[in-house]
Amino acid sequence: MTDTEPAPELAADDPLVHAEAPRDGGIGAFVLDVLRSLLGPMLAIVTALVVGALIIVFTDPSTLELWGSFFSDPVGALDGSWHLVHRSYRALFDTSLGSKRAIARTLVQATPLILVGLSVALAFRAGLFNIGGAGQLIVGAMTAAWVGITFDLPTVVHLPLALVAGTLGGAAVGGLIGFLKARTGAHEVILSIMLNFVALRLLDYALTRDTFRRPGRTDPISPEMPSSVRLPVPIDDFRVHLGFPLALLVAWGVWWLLQRSTIGFRMRAVGANPHAARYAGMGVAATTVLSMAMAGGLAGLGGTSILLGSTPRLTGGFFASVGFDAIALALLGRATPSGVVGAGILFGALQAGATGMQVQTSTPIDIIFVIQALIILFVAAPAIIRTIWRVKETRLGAGQRFSAGWGAQ
Amino acid sequence: MRVELRGITKRFPGVVANEDVSLTVKPGQVHALLGENGAGKSTLMNVLYGLYRQTEGEIVLDGEPVSFSSPADAIAAGIGMVHQHFMLVPVFTVAENVMLGVEPTSVPGVLDRDAARARVLELSAQHGLDVDPDALVEDLPVGVQQRVEILKALYRRADCLILDEPTAVLTPTEIDDMLDIVRRLADEGRSVIFISHKLREVRAIADTITILRRGRVVGTTTPGASDEQELASAMVGRDVQLVVDRSPAAPRDVVLEVSGLRVRDERDQLAVADVSLEVRAGEIVAVAGVQGNGQSELVQAIVGLRRPTAGRVLLDGEDVTGATPHRMVELGVAHVPEDRQREGLISSFPVADNLVLNLTRRAPFSRGIRMDRRAIREHAERLVHDFDIRTPSVDVAVGTLSGGNQQKVIVGREMSHTERLLVLSQPTRGLDVGSIQYIHRRIVDARDQGLAVLLNSSELDEVLALADRVIVMYRGGIIGEVRGEEATRDRVGMLMAGARAA
Amino acid sequence: MTVAAPTPAGPAPQPAPDVVEETGERRHALIVSGLCFLAGAGAIVLFGLNSSFDQTSTLLLNPRGSTALPELELPTKVASFALGFGAVALGVRALRVRNPRITVFFGSALGLFALTLVIWAARDGTGALYGLVAGSLQRATPIALGALAGVLCERAGVVNIAIEGMMLAAAFGAAITASASGSLWVGLICGLGVGALFGAVHAVVSIRYEVDQIVGGTFINIFALGLTSYLTARVLVEYPDLNQPGTFRPLAVPLLSDIPFVGPLLFNQNVFGYLMFALVFFLAWALFNTRWGLRVRSVGEHPRAADTVGINVRAVRYRNVMLGGVAAGLGGAWFTLSSAGRFDENMTNGKGFIALAAMIFGRWHPVGAFVAALIFGFSEQLNDYLALLDTPIPSQFLLMAPYVVTIVVVAGLVGRPRVPAASGKPYSRGD
Repeated sequence: MTDTEPAPELAADDPLVHAEAPRDGGIGAFVLDVLRSLLGPMLAIVTALVVGALIIVFTDPSTLELWGSFFSDPVGALDGSWHLVHRSYRALFDTSLGSKRAIARTLVQATPLILVGLSVALAFRAGLFNIGGAGQLIVGAMTAAWVGITFDLPTVVHLPLALVAGTLGGAAVGGLIGFLKARTGAHEVILSIMLNFVALRLLDYALTRDTFRRPGRTDPISPEMPSSVRLPVPIDDFRVHLGFPLALLVAWGVWWLLQRSTIGFRMRAVGANPHAARYAGMGVAATTVLSMAMAGGLAGLGGTSILLGSTPRLTGGFFASVGFDAIALALLGRATPSGVVGAGILFGALQAGATGMQVQTSTPIDIIFVIQALIILFVAAPAIIRTIWRVKETRLGAGQRFSAGWGAQ
Repeated sequence: MRVELRGITKRFPGVVANEDVSLTVKPGQVHALLGENGAGKSTLMNVLYGLYRQTEGEIVLDGEPVSFSSPADAIAAGIGMVHQHFMLVPVFTVAENVMLGVEPTSVPGVLDRDAARARVLELSAQHGLDVDPDALVEDLPVGVQQRVEILKALYRRADCLILDEPTAVLTPTEIDDMLDIVRRLADEGRSVIFISHKLREVRAIADTITILRRGRVVGTTTPGASDEQELASAMVGRDVQLVVDRSPAAPRDVVLEVSGLRVRDERDQLAVADVSLEVRAGEIVAVAGVQGNGQSELVQAIVGLRRPTAGRVLLDGEDVTGATPHRMVELGVAHVPEDRQREGLISSFPVADNLVLNLTRRAPFSRGIRMDRRAIREHAERLVHDFDIRTPSVDVAVGTLSGGNQQKVIVGREMSHTERLLVLSQPTRGLDVGSIQYIHRRIVDARDQGLAVLLNSSELDEVLALADRVIVMYRGGIIGEVRGEEATRDRVGMLMAGARAA
Repeated sequence: MTVAAPTPAGPAPQPAPDVVEETGERRHALIVSGLCFLAGAGAIVLFGLNSSFDQTSTLLLNPRGSTALPELELPTKVASFALGFGAVALGVRALRVRNPRITVFFGSALGLFALTLVIWAARDGTGALYGLVAGSLQRATPIALGALAGVLCERAGVVNIAIEGMMLAAAFGAAITASASGSLWVGLICGLGVGALFGAVHAVVSIRYEVDQIVGGTFINIFALGLTSYLTARVLVEYPDLNQPGTFRPLAVPLLSDIPFVGPLLFNQNVFGYLMFALVFFLAWALFNTRWGLRVRSVGEHPRAADTVGINVRAVRYRNVMLGGVAAGLGGAWFTLSSAGRFDENMTNGKGFIALAAMIFGRWHPVGAFVAALIFGFSEQLNDYLALLDTPIPSQFLLMAPYVVTIVVVAGLVGRPRVPAASGKPYSRGD
C-alpha cells in the first residue's frame, strides 16, 4: 500500500484516536474532558426520553381526544399532554430514585445489568460482539442454582462456591463461542444468538427435571435458594445486597485488567488489529477464547447475582431482558467499565421505575425498551443528534465501529 | 482526445494534495507524471477520473470544459483508468469484470454474456492481450489481471488512458511488454497519461514528463533533455544520492541457516520449494524477485508466522523451525513486516504502545501481568529521539503519523530489541525519499554493528543499494545468487525474470 | 498467491507431488464418510434395534379430507435397517470419491436418518407424513422470506440482523390495518410498507450515518419489540377488534393441485406461499443473470471497483436494503395474516434470527436459503409430529435442533461459507 492518498484513516476527532491515550493538562482540562465526553450520552438520553414522551402522549386515548380539538383548545391539548408526560416520568423517577427504598431497588436492579454490561463491554474491547449475554447468564444461574440446591454448606463456603460456579458456567458458554470463532471463523453474533435460544430451551428442560423442580408444584419453578447462598444485605434499612458492591469491585477489576495488565493489552490489541497482534507474537486464537470466556464469566456472574439476590428461584423468565439491555448500556457507556457502571445504574433506574410507572399511570412498561433502543441509536450515531439539536461536530465525537460482517477477516 | 488540466487544486481537511497543477496531453502522446510517493499524482488522476471533485481549476477535453460528478461521467467522456490497485471483483469472471457498468443486454435488463465474451476476445486479439473471458479473476496471475484492467478501459472506448503505477508488480520482461502495449495504444491515437516514480521506465516511454513535488508542478521536460539524476533531484527538490554510502561487508559467523525449506501459502499451494540460504553476522543478504514468488512466505516461515511443511531453520545452530513469533523475538530476531498498517502497527493505539507492541511480556515493560507504564514511556521517548520520529507526543494514536514516521516507529521498535537477526520486508514501500534514505542508513548501521540482516525487497534499486549478497527467488525456488560487485541491474533483473545466469 | 507470468526461461523448480496434499484430501474424505457412518449407525442402533419385526409404520400421505393416495405401510424394523445401511453405503461411497462434497453426502445421510426417525416414530400408530411435509413448508415460509431479505441486503454488502424486528413490526402493522379496513389485502400492503419503512431506517442508519450495522440492527430489533409490545398493551387490549384480521385462504391451482401428494402440497397455497416460491426463483435468476444482479453483487464484493466503473454504490445499497425490508415485511405479515390471524406480543420469537442462519446455511443464494429454511421448518414440525406419536424425546431438545444445526453450519462444519467480501463495511470514497 502506498501513501499516495492523503485521506487519513482516522479523523482527528475520532474518539478512538484518543481513547487509549491518557490526557495531559490540569484539573480544569480534565473536568472539561469529562463533561465533553458526557455530552453525547446525555443528549442521547434526553432525546430518547423526549421521543418516548411523544409516543406516550400520542397513544393515550384521552390525550388524543384533547388533540382532536387542538384548534379550539390548544392549551388544553398541550396541558393535558404535559401532565401525562409529567405524571409518567414522575412516577418513573419516584419509584427509581425518589426515596431510599427506591434507590435501593434501583441499585439492586442495576447489579446484574452492570455485570452483563461489563461482559458486553469487555468483549467489545477485544473486538467481539457478545450478544450472548442472555444465554451465558442463564447457564451461569443454572450452575449456581445447582450448587445452591445440591449442597448444604455454611454461607462462607456456599455463597462463594455458588458465585464461582455461576461464573464458570457462563465462562463455559462464552469460551465455546470463542473457541468456535477462533477455530472456524464463524461470527460470534450468530453463534451467540443461537446459543441464547439453546440455553433457553435448556432452562425449560431443566425445570422439568427433578433436580430443579420445586416439590409440590407442577409449574416450571425451582426450589427457593437456601439462605446459605443468598447474598446478604449488610445495611438493614437500605435493602441493597452484597451483589452491588461486588459488581463495582468487578468493574474496577475489568478496568485494571484492560488498562494495566498484559492480558488486557493483548485483548485490546487483538480487538483493534488481529493481524498486527499476530505479527507481534500474540496468540490471536487463544486470546479470542480467553476474551469470550471472560465475557461469558461476567455474564454468568450477572445471572448468578439475580438468582442469589433479588429473585432466588429459577423460572422460565427469571432474567427478564437483562441480556439485551446490557448491550444497550454497554454502548451507552462507550464500552468502558466506568461508563458501564453509570449506564447500568441509569438502566436500573429505568427498570425499577417502569413498574411503578405502569402501576400509577397505566403506561405499559414496554416503553422502556423503546427508550433504550433510541439511546442505542443516538449514542451510536451522534450525527443524528447533531442534526436534531444542531450541535457542533467536535463536541460529540464520531460514532463507534465494532464489527465488520460475518466472515473471518 | 486532447486533455488539459488547468490550475487544478485539491484540498482535503488538513492537507493540500494538489496545488495549481496544469498539464496538457495531446492525442498520440504519452505524458508521464513523475513524482515520489505522496507527491499527489494519484490524487490528480482521481480528479480527472471523476472520483474526486477538484477544489479549484477545470478540466478541458478537446477544448470543452467538463465537469465530472462521478467516474460514470468520466467514462462517458472517454477517459479510462487502469488503477494501481486493481479494481477487479475477484469472484467474477474476466468478462463480467470488463462489462460491469456497461453491460450489454439482449432483453432489457438481462445480461448478454455472449456479446460481452465475444467483444472481450476481439479486443484481446486486437491488442495482443491474450485473456480468457471466462477465467475467474482471482485465479489469474497479477500480470494478467492488469491486462484485464486495460481491457476494461478499451471496452469503454477510452480515448484517454490513465495508467497508475502500472509496472509496480511486473517482472522486467513483463515491463517491457507493457511498455510496448502502451506505445501501441498511444500510436493508435489515444492520449496516455503514465504515472510512475520509476525514472527509467518514464524515460523509456514518455514523450513528455511533468514532475510533481508536494502537490505542485516543479517542471516539465522530455526524456532527451533530462537524465535520471536531474529527474530525481527535481522529484525530491535537492540533490539526491541515489546510492547509499557503505563500506564493504565483513561477514563473520553464520547466524541464520535455512535448509530445504518448503512452505505452503494461504491457498495451500506450495510457495517455497526446497530453499536453502544462510546469512552471516555483519552482512546484508537481500531476497529479491518480483512479488509473489515466495519471498513473503519464506520470510514468514523464518520468523515463525508460518509453519514450514519441510526443512529446517537454524538460528546460531539452534533449531527454531516452526517456533512461534514470540519465541523468535525472545531469541533476538526482529521483523519489520511488509504491510505496516495491517501487520506492523495498531493505528488506534498510542505511539508508546506501538513501540513495545511485541515486547510487552518482557522486563522492564511488565512484571507478571502488570504493565509498567513508566518504563514503556521512557523507552518510547528514547526511541522517538533516537530515530527522529516526528510526533507531537508519544501518547497520540500512531495512525495520525505520516507513513514515513509510522515506518520509523516499526523500524525503531525492531532495531531496539534485535540482537542477532534483523529481517525486513519491503521496508521503504510508499515512503518519501528522505525517509527511505534514513532507513537505508539505519540498516547499514545495523549491519556494521554486527547484526545479520535479511532484506526482502521487490524494489531492485533498494536491493542493489543495500545488499552484500543478492538471492533471487523465482517461482518458489532460488534461481540464482549474485554477490557484491557482480550484482548489477542486468544480472539481477534477468534472474528476476526467470532467466538463469549464463 | 500469484506467480509471475510465463517467461522464456528454463523449467522452474517444480514441486514434487506432495505428501501433504494427499493427506489433506484423505482426511476430508474420512471426515465425510465418518459422519455418514455415524448417521447410518444411529439409524440402525436407535431405530432398527429398537423395533420388532411385527411392527408396522403407517404413514398418511393425504391432506385431511382427501383420499387420493392409500396409506403407506412399511415394516418398521426392515425399513430402519435398510435406510441405515443406505447411509452407511453413502459413507463407503464417500471414501472412493476424490473430493466428497459434505453437503451432498452427509446431507443425504442425515436425510435418511431423519426419514428413519419419521418411520420409526409411527411404528405402532399412524404418522401424518403429509402433515409433516406440508407443515414444514408452512413453517419454512416466513423463514425463507426472512432469509431472502437477508440475501438482498448482504449481497449488496449490508449486514441485516434486524430481520426479526422488521418482521415483528410488519406483523403488527398488517394485523391492525387489515382489521381496521376489513381487507386482508390492505393489511398485506401495509405489512410490506412497514417492512420497507424499517428497511429505509436501517439503510439510512447504516449507510448515511455509518453506524455499525450490527448495532443498527440491534436498535431496530429492540425498538420494534418495545413499540409493538407497548402498542399491543395500550391499543389492542382496549380495542380488540383491531386485532382480528383473519387469514388468507389457500387458492388451489386447477389441475395441478390434483396431483397426488405434490399437488395439494405445492399448488394449494395462499398468496404467501406462491409469492415465496416466485421470489425464491426469481431472485435466484435475477442475481446471476441480470444487469441489476451483477451490479448488486459487485457492490457487495468490491464496492470500490463498482464505484470506479460508475455504479452508484450508495444508491444500490439503499435500494437493496429497502427491498430486503419489503421481503421481511412479507415474512412478517405471514405471522398475522396467514398463520395466527391475530397479533401477539413477540410473536416472531426468534424466527428472524433463524432466517439469518438459513441465509448463511444457504450460502447467500436464494435457493440455498430456501432449502435451509425447509430444513429448519422440518425440524420444528418434527416436534409436533413426534409429540403426536408419543415419542419419548423431550420436546425442548427438538426445539433446540434448528439452533444447534445452525451452529454446526455456521461453524463451517459443513464447509466454510463464502461471504460477500465487502459485507458489513460502510463504503465511502474519501472525497
